[in-house]
Amino acid sequence: MANVHDMGTLPAEPEKATLEGKNKILGFWLFLGGEMVLFGTLFASFIALRNSVPEGPTGDQIFKLGMVAVATFILLTSSLTSVMAMMAMHRQQVKKMLTWLWVTVVLGLAFLGLEIYEFVEYVHEGHTFTSSAFGTSFYTLVGFHGAHVAFGVCWIALLCIQGMKKGLTVVTAPKFYVASLYWHFIDVVWVFIFSVVYLLGKAG
Amino acid sequence: MAHSHAVKRYSGLMDWLTTVDHKKIGILYFLAGGIFFLIGGLEALLIRIQLMFPDNQIFIGGTYNQILTMHGTTMIFLAAMPLLFGFMNAIVPLQIGARDVAFPFLNSLGFWLFVFGGLLLNLSWFLGGAPDAGWTAYAPLSSDTSLRGVDFYAMGLQIAGLGTLIGGINFLVTIINMRAPGMTFMRMPMFTWTSFVTSVLILFAFPAVTVGLVELTFDRLFDGNFFNVSKGGNEVLWEHIFWIFGHPEVYILILPAFGIISEVVSTFSRKRLFGYSSMVFATLLIGFLSFMVWVHHMFTTGLGPVANGIFAVATMAIAVPTGIKIFNWLFTMWGGQIIFNSSNLWAIAFIPTFVMGGMTGVMLAVPPADFQYHDSYFVVAHFHYVIVGGLIFGIFSGFYYWWPKMFGRMLHEGLGQLNFWTFMIGFHLTFFPQHFLGLMGMPRRVFTYETGVQLEMGNMASSIGAFLMGIGTIAFVLNIIITALKPKNAPADPWDGRSLEWSIPSPAPEYNFKQTPLVRGLDAFWKEKRAGNKEMTPAEPIGSIHMPSPTILPFFMSVGLFIAGFGFMYAKYDFENGLLATLFGNHIIAIIGLVITFLCMFLRSVYDDHGWHIEPEELEDKGVKA
Repeated sequence: MANVHDMGTLPAEPEKATLEGKNKILGFWLFLGGEMVLFGTLFASFIALRNSVPEGPTGDQIFKLGMVAVATFILLTSSLTSVMAMMAMHRQQVKKMLTWLWVTVVLGLAFLGLEIYEFVEYVHEGHTFTSSAFGTSFYTLVGFHGAHVAFGVCWIALLCIQGMKKGLTVVTAPKFYVASLYWHFIDVVWVFIFSVVYLLGKAG
Repeated sequence: MAHSHAVKRYSGLMDWLTTVDHKKIGILYFLAGGIFFLIGGLEALLIRIQLMFPDNQIFIGGTYNQILTMHGTTMIFLAAMPLLFGFMNAIVPLQIGARDVAFPFLNSLGFWLFVFGGLLLNLSWFLGGAPDAGWTAYAPLSSDTSLRGVDFYAMGLQIAGLGTLIGGINFLVTIINMRAPGMTFMRMPMFTWTSFVTSVLILFAFPAVTVGLVELTFDRLFDGNFFNVSKGGNEVLWEHIFWIFGHPEVYILILPAFGIISEVVSTFSRKRLFGYSSMVFATLLIGFLSFMVWVHHMFTTGLGPVANGIFAVATMAIAVPTGIKIFNWLFTMWGGQIIFNSSNLWAIAFIPTFVMGGMTGVMLAVPPADFQYHDSYFVVAHFHYVIVGGLIFGIFSGFYYWWPKMFGRMLHEGLGQLNFWTFMIGFHLTFFPQHFLGLMGMPRRVFTYETGVQLEMGNMASSIGAFLMGIGTIAFVLNIIITALKPKNAPADPWDGRSLEWSIPSPAPEYNFKQTPLVRGLDAFWKEKRAGNKEMTPAEPIGSIHMPSPTILPFFMSVGLFIAGFGFMYAKYDFENGLLATLFGNHIIAIIGLVITFLCMFLRSVYDDHGWHIEPEELEDKGVKA
């Protein structure tokens, strides 16, 4: 297993070449299963409380679908770029992989910027964390997602720097792979947030 | 990379702080879980002292609330779960023929998170009072911020819960990916199977309580409104979230005990476990159903007859797979050459005791009847029959059974019998009368009762029983101390065992298996012994063994979260000291704690652990003890 790396050639799927790599990927899938329950519970709380607005604005009054649609487009595109990175990794084109990952990071940052701008706008319109149960559950759900994006941005950036120093090996490949799994998961969660929080809030 | 790197090998305290060896982490779990078990037991005795006589004035009101809350919380999260994790760590890799767990680093992290979460929770005793809203922490009782206790509950359980989740993932991957050649799923020992299903339940149940505790924390510390009705919050939401986690949690506790009992009953009946496949199926079914029954804790909340009816039927359905297990244990013993040593006594006593707890469980599952039992001592009797009579009996059984494998010494049989008889009789004396106290109307969580309402005798008997259980526990502690003073001379296979852990020396060497064994059937070692072999057939030649490096990072990651927990809790506290007020008020302490944790994560990511190797020559030196 270690010799493969010493000889300078990588197997076809370097992320699954070692037992450590296989363990890491399986463990990460299971972790995402747990994350699914985490976000499921947050969604359940939000759905239970989204119409509980004794004071402060309702979702219908403040949500601006245009801006959220742009954010959605940016985040879904970043999912595509992380796929491009993984395809490059499987073709062992390290430079290309790193470039696509950097694009992913930049798109993630753009999404975060839009989200922060959106939150600031809402606070100005009186929709705050403490204004109502709707406000608390909204900022908790969307904030948890935003924190996941922020963590992902830092994590993938750190991996890119590692990738520039260490190159693509059977040790680093699983790291890139699970980071891309994580990024897809965040995107899927956002699709649900867009539907349940924004579309339902505007149209439901 | 394949050549061994020089690795720092620590000794003494530093060895225990940095260890990533699952067997040592198992021992650490026993040590920490055992200490918390003694603390929780002490709290139980204080409860029984207060309730010994009517109108007693020793621990009343808020003090009593704190004691009962901490008894429940400590026993469930800080004693029972860690003791089970101890067994899973010490035994599961050995039973599947693995050299290590899948994530040694995360395994250590899970342990230290549990320790610092538990420590934070228990420090509340010295910092203005312990949590006082019951182990279920129902809002609005728990959202009252006039006392700080529940902050410790929310933060402490959050940190400890993270550790549990990490541990669960580690065991899932270990069992799925690291079984020895030939160890198919349907050849795995029952304890491994139940640990597997328990880990699945942990994975899907703990994130729910993570969110629940986050919401409670946000309400208490950041003026959130999840459970604040005046701002549109909903208190029933907490009940749902807590029990969606809480019901699987009790199966997380009992399933590994089922596994231990299956191993012990089969070994000491000298028979193969009766109905192995149905045992596996029943375990999976119980695990699945455990997510479908949470509303039976909330029958009196008022969700309506349809919801109550559905959940009542689902609850009663659990009796079917549980019944399968009970009959399988009985049929395993039927016609076997039963050996009545202390390990097996615990296992045999477990069966009728757990049946009694299950019976009252089915009684409680009937909503109209539950309206009468709810919040009475009948419920207290029920869950102590299943948790103490089930889980703790199982844990004691496991200790006597696996002690030689874990520590290389046999526990003293006479003291073991004393431990068993005093604890078992004390247990029934404590909790059997509580059924009737409950039916006579004694409510739980109330610190006293009047004279002349016929509750005196039952409570007196119950308190005497509790002290008897205390004596039983002291006998066990004495047994540990006496055993520790004796030489390490346990044979590799003292019970004529059936599974792989008995095929290696006692205690297990650092690398577990010199050569990965080839598994040729259920009860792998027993099968080889019947075929006339003294040891397992190896599946590989002797070679150098790769080991993970010890590391202090998990310890500091947990310290970071521990500090951050305090930082968040005391952000709004009125400090007289100006410096402390600045540090806490501006969340500087919280940020320092989080920075420590994230820095450790950074270091872990950047510096790859290449591990080190044990060479074949060293194996020859070490591996001859058996």
